Amino acid sequence: MNKKAVPKSPVIKDCILAFLVGGLLCAMGQAVTDMMTRAGAEIKDARLLGSLSLIALSIVLTGLNVYDNIAKRAGAGTLVPITGFANAIAAPAIEFKSEGYVLGLGAKMFTIAGPVLVYGITASVVYGLALQILSQF
Amino acid sequence: MPERKGHYTVALSSRPTILGYAAVVGKKEGEGPLARYFDAIYQDTTMGEKTWEKAESALQKEAFTRALDKAGFSPSQVNFLFAGDLLNQNIASTFGLRESHIPLLGQFGACSIMAQTLSMASIFVDSGAADLCSAVTSSHFCTAERQFRYPLEYGGQRPPTSTWTATASGSVVVGLGGNGVRVADVCIGRVVDLGITDMNNMGAAMAPAAADTLYNFLQDTGTKPSDYDLIVTGDLSAIGSSLMKDLMQRKGYTFGEEYNDCGLMLYDRQTQDVHAGGSGCGCSASVLCSYILQKMEKKEWNDVLFIATGALMSPTSSQQGESIPGIAHLVHLVTTAQ
Repeated sequence: MNKKAVPKSPVIKDCILAFLVGGLLCAMGQAVTDMMTRAGAEIKDARLLGSLSLIALSIVLTGLNVYDNIAKRAGAGTLVPITGFANAIAAPAIEFKSEGYVLGLGAKMFTIAGPVLVYGITASVVYGLALQILSQF
Repeated sequence: MPERKGHYTVALSSRPTILGYAAVVGKKEGEGPLARYFDAIYQDTTMGEKTWEKAESALQKEAFTRALDKAGFSPSQVNFLFAGDLLNQNIASTFGLRESHIPLLGQFGACSIMAQTLSMASIFVDSGAADLCSAVTSSHFCTAERQFRYPLEYGGQRPPTSTWTATASGSVVVGLGGNGVRVADVCIGRVVDLGITDMNNMGAAMAPAAADTLYNFLQDTGTKPSDYDLIVTGDLSAIGSSLMKDLMQRKGYTFGEEYNDCGLMLYDRQTQDVHAGGSGCGCSASVLCSYILQKMEKKEWNDVLFIATGALMSPTSSQQGESIPGIAHLVHLVTTAQ
C-alpha cells in the first residue's frame, strides 16, 4: 500500500543533469590542468592543481550557501567527483562550529566523509597487500 | 469535569475556551498561502541569535507571549504551562520559557505536541485543577535538519516523499468562559507501527496512527466524518494523507471535502520546493493557531477535528534499523458552549 502511494524520483531528468554537471566539473578540472601544463608545470603537478582548484571552488561555494542549491539539482553530478567530498567535510564544519572548535567543528567535521575515509583507506591497504603478494608469482 | 466517553475519548463538560492564540513563522512559511493569517513572519530565521537552537527558543517565547497578550493575561496569571519540541531534552521549550516562571510540564509526542499540550491544558482547566493554562510548541527547519538529517550546506538530494520541517511556533491560552473556540473532547492516541523504516517518508509512518485515533474517536462518539466541517491531520502531507484515507476506507469510513492536512495547507507544493509537504511540531501548531482558529471564530467552521501526528523515532533508533512508530492525538473543537 505504501509502495503504491510513493511517487518515483524523476530518474531520467536526474541522470541527464548529473551527466551534464558532472561532465562540466571534469571539463573545468581538465581546463585548469591544461592551463598549468601550458604555463610550464609538469603533468603530475598540473593534475594535482586541477583537483585542488575544484576542491577550493566547492568549499568556497559551500561557505557561500550556494553549493547545496546546485547539488539539489545536479545530484550525483556534484556528489561523485572530488567536489562532493570537499562539500561533505566543509558543510558539517560550518554547521557544528556552534558547539565549539574541539567537540563541534573538530569532532563533527568527518561525520559524513569519515566512513568514506575509513573504508577507502582500508580497501587500499587490502588492495596493496593483494598486489604485493600476487606480484611475487 | 472530564468524563470518559467510550474507551479512548475524554469529554470535557465545561468546554474550556481558547482565550488567546498566536502563530509566528519563518520566511518560507510567510511566503506560503497562509501568510496573511500569521501574527508575525520573521524574514531572518536566526531571530538575531547565535545558534539555531536559540532561534527556535526565541520563536517559541514569541508565540507564547503574543498568545498571552491577545488573551489579556500576564504570565503570573497562568497556572500551568505545557510545552514541548523536537530537540533533545526539549531544550527549545525549557530555554525559551525559563523566564516565564510558570510551573511547567514538558511534553513529548514528536510532531503531535500541539494536540498533546492543548489536550493537557484543556483537561487541567476542565477538571478544576487550573483556571488558566498555556500550551506551546515549535519546530525549526535548521535545528531539525542538523539533529535528524544532514548539515544544512551538505549537497544532497531529498526524495519526493520527504517533507519540509516548518520553522514555526504556535501557542494557545486555555481558560473558562468567554467567546472563543471551545474544546469539547480530546482523544489520546496509541503508538501504532506498521513497519515503515524510511526516515524520508514519515507521512506513511504516521498515517496508521492518525487513522487509528480518528477511528477510535468516531467509534466512541458514534459520529461519522461528514458530521464535521473540517477534519485536519497534522503533518501527514501528500503520501501520508492519501494512505490515511485508504486505511479509513478499509474501516468503512469515507471522506469528502471536509478532510485536509496542515502539511498540505502551510506551503504551496508546486512553487515552494517542499516535496511531499510540511512537517514538524510547528506545522500543525501554526496552521491551528492562525487559519483554523480564525475561521472558527468567524463561524465559517463550527465543528473541527484537529489530529496532530507524530513520528516517534530518534536518529539512534533509525540507525539501528528500527521502524518508525507513529502517534496521533485528537482534539474536537467547537464554537458553541453546549
